[in-house]
Amino acid sequence: MRIIVCAKRVVDTETRAKVAADGKSLETTGVQFIIAPYDEIAIEKALQLRDATGPGSVTVLTIGPADASKELRAALAMGADAALHVVAEPPTDPWAAAQTLQAALKERPFDLLLLGKQATDEDDAAVGPLLAALLDLPCVAWVSSIVPDGAGLTVRRDLDGETEVLSVPLPCVLSAQKGLAEPRLPGLKGIMAAKKKPLEALAVPVAAARSEVLALALPPARGGLTRIEPTPEGMLTLLTALRNERKVL
Amino acid sequence: MSATSRDVLVYVEARAGALKKSAAEVVTAGRALADQLGGRLTALVVGAGAEAGPLLARYGAERVLSVEGPAFARYLLEAHGAALLAALEAAPARTLLLAASVLGKELGAWIAGRSGRALVADALDVTLEGGRLVTHKPKYAGKAVARVALSGAAVVSLRPNATPPRESARQAAVARLNVNVPAPRVTLKEVVAAQEKRLELTESDIIVSGGRGLGKPESWHLVTELAAALGAAHGASRAVVDAGWRPHAEQVGQTGKTVSPKLYVACGISGAIQHLAGMSSSKVIVAVNKDADAPIFKVADYGIVGDVHQVLPMLTQAAKAYVH
Ligand SMILES: Cc1cc2nc3c(=O)[nH]c(=O)nc-3n(C[C@H](O)[C@H](O)[C@H](O)COP(=O)(O)OP(=O)(O)OC[C@H]3O[C@@H](n4cnc5c(N)ncnc54)[C@H](O)[C@@H]3O)c2cc1C
Ligand SMILES: Nc1ncnc2c1ncn2[C@@H]1O[C@H](COP(=O)(O)O)[C@@H](O)[C@H]1O
Repeated sequence: MRIIVCAKRVVDTETRAKVAADGKSLETTGVQFIIAPYDEIAIEKALQLRDATGPGSVTVLTIGPADASKELRAALAMGADAALHVVAEPPTDPWAAAQTLQAALKERPFDLLLLGKQATDEDDAAVGPLLAALLDLPCVAWVSSIVPDGAGLTVRRDLDGETEVLSVPLPCVLSAQKGLAEPRLPGLKGIMAAKKKPLEALAVPVAAARSEVLALALPPARGGLTRIEPTPEGMLTLLTALRNERKVL
Repeated sequence: MSATSRDVLVYVEARAGALKKSAAEVVTAGRALADQLGGRLTALVVGAGAEAGPLLARYGAERVLSVEGPAFARYLLEAHGAALLAALEAAPARTLLLAASVLGKELGAWIAGRSGRALVADALDVTLEGGRLVTHKPKYAGKAVARVALSGAAVVSLRPNATPPRESARQAAVARLNVNVPAPRVTLKEVVAAQEKRLELTESDIIVSGGRGLGKPESWHLVTELAAALGAAHGASRAVVDAGWRPHAEQVGQTGKTVSPKLYVACGISGAIQHLAGMSSSKVIVAVNKDADAPIFKVADYGIVGDVHQVLPMLTQAAKAYVH
């Protein structure tokens, strides 16, 4: 199976948010970057599918700054065969991201296009289904299981407290939910091998955005802790405050 | 602006023939936006029957389009997408709103792609400012909130629980909309119902969550009993999901669900940044932890320093007596 995984470099989930001088983006000096957690899950699942279904390949595609080659090397070290890099600041707008990825995918045939459910910076969970619509391919977002079933794939997806089992033909677009796979840690051999694997920079311009970030702000700080005694009287004090003062009960 | 450019279409979600709680929220948001724009509000309901009409009118819909038939009984992206495309033809509208649920995020992004509309996903609100739509949109799991502007035709998915429903009694004409469904490419083979009936986390007003402080899975009933006494849904930290005590569907945080209930009760949860990211926009936070220095107390409004094994049964007892 020929699989292409779209994976994004994002700020580490440990990052404490601070707004940059432009007032519109996150301050990233001194910040650690990672492959977005769901994208890492997608890469792992792609490797497992490739290895389980005979001849095939896993190509990882990113739109990210020059430094994102580090995350692409990490994906190659996990076992991906090749990497494609659109060297540019990743768009905040889902259309710009999806159309740029679409352009990068031109003349690169695949059976499965796998994305993360959502990038943990934008939190849109949008690029997968949007890209599927642009490519006019069948799509299931948030899948927690993918099993080849001869003609196509059988996938599972949790929706409203139920699990759907869906049959999807190839080629298709899927996005990875947690539970789909546990990302492996690259070993020394993988890291050495990654150095020789192809990492191609693509001359694809970033598509126009259809939305504009006017400002980025931190949510108002919380605080003002009221201590409650761990006693039956304390519990009543708490419930009374929740009902009468806070009006949440 | 032409007449249709002022109009708003909302897609409301139904489940097993009944409207979901988010339906009142998106119709309320759609009404407020249509009033600002000076346009009309149409609600599209797929697979819930025309009986939904009066309820949608109560929150401000002037027109209800109802799509029915076996192909629409359950959500499938391409069928419901076709219904939305047909509704946009029957009731042209520049702005489309829907709930940012799992299916709403999938359908919203897809329809944006198919209809060439700009998109903001998981917004807290949407208003008109100087001829443009402006939304507030959380990023980095809620560690920051962006103000995002859109011009032209747009899709905005709205975070569940972020819009308080408001009634604005109207009469709505209900019309059946016939939709030609394309031969489905993705087919449903089977539906596996969840073992326990649980309240949907992101739509709940009250959530009780448990963490590693519960000590062992056998103690989890302390969480579910408190949740039952408060009429709450129950959630979990990643530590207990990774340990296999609870399913991932219950995980709250950066790689789980982002929730903003009226009341969030964190039991034996330390308050790691990834957990806080998913719940710190809750209106009121109560924390129970035996460590007075646990970071969860930095975001909590009420803090109980104590052992969950003692505190939770006490709180459950009190809640049973108090809430009923
Ligand atoms: C990429 C990434 C993504 C992540 N995403 C998430 C996420 O989505 N959600 C999430 O929750 N975490 C997430 N995490 C994990 C997070 O960093 C923490 O490890 C996790 O939240 C800890 O769970 P916990 O609070 O239950 O456990 P612990 O941190 O072990 O805390 C247990 C707490 O219980 C208290 N306690 C112990 N015994 C008792 C008792 N008897 N009575 C009362 N209190 C007691 C302790 O004082 C302690 O504060 C993520 C981590 C990474 C790296
Ligand atoms: N800059 C990017 N480079 C590569 N893939 C991306 C990029 N942005 C988004 N994606 C993919 O789209 C998914 C959903 O992103 P989002 O809609 O922003 O939450 C991510 O998990 C990635 O798989």
